[in-house]
Amino acid sequence: MSSEVNVGISDMKIVNAPKGLITYALGSCVGICIIDKATQISGMAHIMLPYNTNNDKANIFKYADTGIAEMIRQMEGLGCLRSRMVAKIAGGAKMFDIKGSTSIGSIGERNVAATKETLQKLKIKLFAEDTGENYGRTIIFDSSTGNLTIKSFGKNLKII
Amino acid sequence: MELNEIHIDVLKEIGNIGAGNAATSLSQMLSKRIDMNVPEVSLLNYDDIIDSIGGAENVVVGILVGFEGEIDGIILFLLKKEFVHLILNSLMGTELKSFEDISEMEMSALSEIGNIMVSSYVNSISSLTNMKIDITVPSLNIDMSGALLDAVTAEFSEAADKVIFIREKYFCQDETVYSHMLLLPNTKSLKILLTRFGIEV
Repeated sequence: MSSEVNVGISDMKIVNAPKGLITYALGSCVGICIIDKATQISGMAHIMLPYNTNNDKANIFKYADTGIAEMIRQMEGLGCLRSRMVAKIAGGAKMFDIKGSTSIGSIGERNVAATKETLQKLKIKLFAEDTGENYGRTIIFDSSTGNLTIKSFGKNLKII
Repeated sequence: MELNEIHIDVLKEIGNIGAGNAATSLSQMLSKRIDMNVPEVSLLNYDDIIDSIGGAENVVVGILVGFEGEIDGIILFLLKKEFVHLILNSLMGTELKSFEDISEMEMSALSEIGNIMVSSYVNSISSLTNMKIDITVPSLNIDMSGALLDAVTAEFSEAADKVIFIREKYFCQDETVYSHMLLLPNTKSLKILLTRFGIEV
């Protein structure tokens, strides 16, 4: 695979094959990869929170709902068709198990739920996922094959 | 809320006060003389913290403790390998080669150390401000620092983009190690805390 484009936190990038995409150390955050194989165009978003309830225009990619919608809009602008797009998602772990008033324990789960709901609403097929559990994930998307490689601490590489 | 210079100075001071107490507890637990510099207290965003701890994929120990009472929030302790080795070696005489080999027993020892350090930290804030603050049972995980941090920053990123980051430098015999602590009060608590110090918010 050729060099990968880095997707930061609350960030999104779109590439043409064979360029890949990478995002580091997803914890409760979710990485969403969408590919349209016919155009060889792929996008990856790294979201942090489920819903953009305050209509935060400065950080669209921080949220699953606005982040995914904007990624799809931009991909369509490049000639991709929604009917051909498929998605793979990873992340949404529960890194800490803590009792009390904070909602930290459930943020990963809520991110995954919001991601799936948004994909469904926008009629994008969810092809594969590696979500939940209690470990971090670095993910690398191969835009030529559509393979998503997941690297975690103390675990074998996983490809979905 | 927007934090101004005065708010930041007060938060730095709060960071300083707790750090000394935490170091004293550590020294007592390890029965070792531990000297420390004045801690560096800064307000950092996610990317700055990641840089300061050696990159998103650097594996560290994270100990998360919630506090609740008159103010609510969380404290995240991040310990790099050198620091973990110092603790485990002093307490149990073990040599930590890699985080992959860490035992349940060692994890529980670390969790306890983290708990005691955080308690002494919170107690000093509590007595200084005359507020009742309780802490929760700690939760420990060993993973990439980026992954440990994102849940914590996500939870608080709507309140403020930056968190209070306290880096302490300890000298113990020939070794110099750092501990990293993130203090995240929620927005309401941040206001209460600042008000207690006579700052208008």
